Amino acid sequence: MSEELYKEMAQCIIDGDSDISAELARKSIELNMHPLDAITKGFVIGVNYIGDQFGKGEAFLPELVMAGEAMKAAVAVLEPELLKLGEAREMMGKVVLATVEGDIHEIGKTLVGTMLSASGFEVVDLGVDQPADKIIGKALEIDAQIIGMSALLTTTMVRQREVIEELDKEGLRPRIKVMVGGAPITRDWVEKIKADGYSEDAIGAVKIAKDLVGKGDQ
Amino acid sequence: MPREGLMSQKNIKTISNPKLKLEVLTKEDVQKIHNATLQIIEKVGVRFPSKRALEIWEAVGAEVDHEKKIVRVKPQIIEDAIKKAPPAYKLAARDPQQDLQLDGNHVNLGTDGCGVEVIDINTGEKRTSCLQDVRDIARIADATEEVAFHWVAVSAQDAPVEARGLHELKAVWESSTKHVQTESIYNVEEAKAAIEMAALLAGGKDKLKDRPVLSLMQCTAPPLGHDGGSLDAALLAAEVGIPTGFMTMAACATTGPTTMAGNLAVGNAEVITATALLQIAFPGAPVFYAAAQTASDLKTGAYTGGGPEDFLFGAATNVLADFYNIPLSMGAFATGAKEPNWQAGLEGAMSSFMASVVMSDMLLGCGFLHGSRIWSYAEMMMDCEIFSIVHKMMQGIEVNDETLAMDSIANVGPGGHYLAQKHTRKHMRELFMPQFMDRRPYSEWETKKDDARDWALSKARKTLKEHQPDPLDEKIGQEMDRIIKSVEK
Ligand code: B1M
Repeated sequence: MSEELYKEMAQCIIDGDSDISAELARKSIELNMHPLDAITKGFVIGVNYIGDQFGKGEAFLPELVMAGEAMKAAVAVLEPELLKLGEAREMMGKVVLATVEGDIHEIGKTLVGTMLSASGFEVVDLGVDQPADKIIGKALEIDAQIIGMSALLTTTMVRQREVIEELDKEGLRPRIKVMVGGAPITRDWVEKIKADGYSEDAIGAVKIAKDLVGKGDQ
Repeated sequence: MPREGLMSQKNIKTISNPKLKLEVLTKEDVQKIHNATLQIIEKVGVRFPSKRALEIWEAVGAEVDHEKKIVRVKPQIIEDAIKKAPPAYKLAARDPQQDLQLDGNHVNLGTDGCGVEVIDINTGEKRTSCLQDVRDIARIADATEEVAFHWVAVSAQDAPVEARGLHELKAVWESSTKHVQTESIYNVEEAKAAIEMAALLAGGKDKLKDRPVLSLMQCTAPPLGHDGGSLDAALLAAEVGIPTGFMTMAACATTGPTTMAGNLAVGNAEVITATALLQIAFPGAPVFYAAAQTASDLKTGAYTGGGPEDFLFGAATNVLADFYNIPLSMGAFATGAKEPNWQAGLEGAMSSFMASVVMSDMLLGCGFLHGSRIWSYAEMMMDCEIFSIVHKMMQGIEVNDETLAMDSIANVGPGGHYLAQKHTRKHMRELFMPQFMDRRPYSEWETKKDDARDWALSKARKTLKEHQPDPLDEKIGQEMDRIIKSVEK
């Protein structure tokens, strides 16, 4: 019975169907299935499958993004149950993500967020055009290990440095690690502003984020 | 017929009187896209994060959601506004002999803009772009007949952020007498200063309408949005008669629908609402349609810039701009290639041909690699040659008594050759003479192993060494410095 349900759970993630994933999550609660089982033996299998296919070039970004959305929908139903049981899903770490102030380039940042979520990070995506105090404020509020900043303009990349300087001033590093990216960002720039991590694409960003939270081997 | 000679300006080669045609969208297709666009604008709405813009919309009775900054507009308002836009006007140059006509009968090539790195012309190393690069590129473009006007090719990353766009503008004006279009001025402070600087060249702010030596390109923010700074800057420019355009870069599957028709409709809604806004605020202000749509790479989400979708967008967008009867600035020559290679050549050729065959008024732009990020001088020169080839193709095949060459056919008869014919001598220079194509004997190549890239780079180096444009009036230069200083913190 539960084997059948696990299969359906994995399948709805592969199909990227958020309605069905939420429905199956509710069904698992009715059936008194342990929420962690629903996640790890059901839904996550689907996420891993799509991730694998994506790595092989057989699945594409929209499928990955939709799988992520479907996963979120299921977790949103299951999380309160977990809390009731006094348990929590083990996450890779918490990340606050934003495109810096004055910059409205969105897609690269969103993709990084999607990849991080798919890899087990809890991601708060603040959106574009975000000032330093909002980014830092949110990081403190959720006790994030990583601040991730995207900047696509040569005129806005300086904002990445401002955030780092502010964090240093407040003595918040190395507690909070800073990861940066975007079209004009180079290794030189990263060294200059003393960021903790940088990647040229979203897949690389996951590896860096794992390293930054000391889980590079997972 | 030397029709090219009739139309071309001083040291500028533009495509005109085209003989090739392409029907990429039927009349019905265009009407469907237009209807979809109006429906999007009325029902879904477009985001205008600018107080000034929202007030303008509200005053004409559009539905304005102040919190979300989303505007929904009745079709009639949009259609009435667009009709006020002038169908043709000129882009003035520092040298009036280099003014450009945006009249549907000229395709003018520009350099690409806002690059972040440069392949150094001497060392060949890739490095961060700086103000001197802006000057050098503009000076070479000034000498090149294919380049009719400038975008600020790369960013002056050694200039202060708050006045960077102004330093760049001055650098181009210093280095060239051709028209300058900037895509790097997108806030009120810099826009005000840029207008003052342009006014110095035009002989007064009130003269800018007559002699717009500067034009402005702003990006929309797909899907269905705009940037506040860009809107406010555009409104300032439109007010003084500086030609202003909005460019959509909606990318299939990320910032736009995956299907090309839907993508065109979304991008169109962005461009058309911004254009209507400018016409409502300043009826008759010169505006243009601008676009650089593409498909997203399904594996990485990258803005591909290049590929068959780009080429089709290049042709289709001009049909839309024609439908609204305003000039078009079309993104072409985009490539993801990392060096000037097969991919760069292919993408440059296809995109520039497709956008030219439909007579896009402005064609952007030569010189970039790696998705509009890295400037390459060799690429610039080779893109120019591609433009020349397209220019030649657009002249088509002329058929008349002279070109049928009946006399020389009779003279030569069966057998023999045409090399010694007067007719040959008279017309041989009409055949295309490439600068960068390898037609040498194999053995000669074998000893040198060089190719187009080497020759293109040599030409750029030679031009940079030798070409000196007419200098900018010293007093005007000083005044410009003063204006720039006033913006610096
Ligand atoms: C936290 O850790 C990390 C780690 C990795 C990270 C990371 C964070 N963030 C990103 N990464 C990395 O992983 C991502 C996924 O693989 C990657 O993200 P990317 O964002 O690089 O990749 C995306 C998946 C796809 N790439 C993109 O979406 C960007 C593509 C290009 C063509 C581009 C686009 C599409 C846009 N643009 Co603009 N745009 C360009 C870009 C040129 C280029 N090829 O990069 C660039 C960045 N833009 C530029 C410009 C000038 C502008 N743009 C503008 C606007 C826009 C659009 C809104 C039209 C649009 C974005 C639409 C949207 N909703 O996001 C304007 C700026 C407005 C503003 N205030 O921000 C405007 C100023 C133009 C104008 N005059 O209005 C140039 C900047 C040059 C400079 N010198 O600063 C530019 C290089 C193109 C050019 N040559 O003109 C990696 O960088």
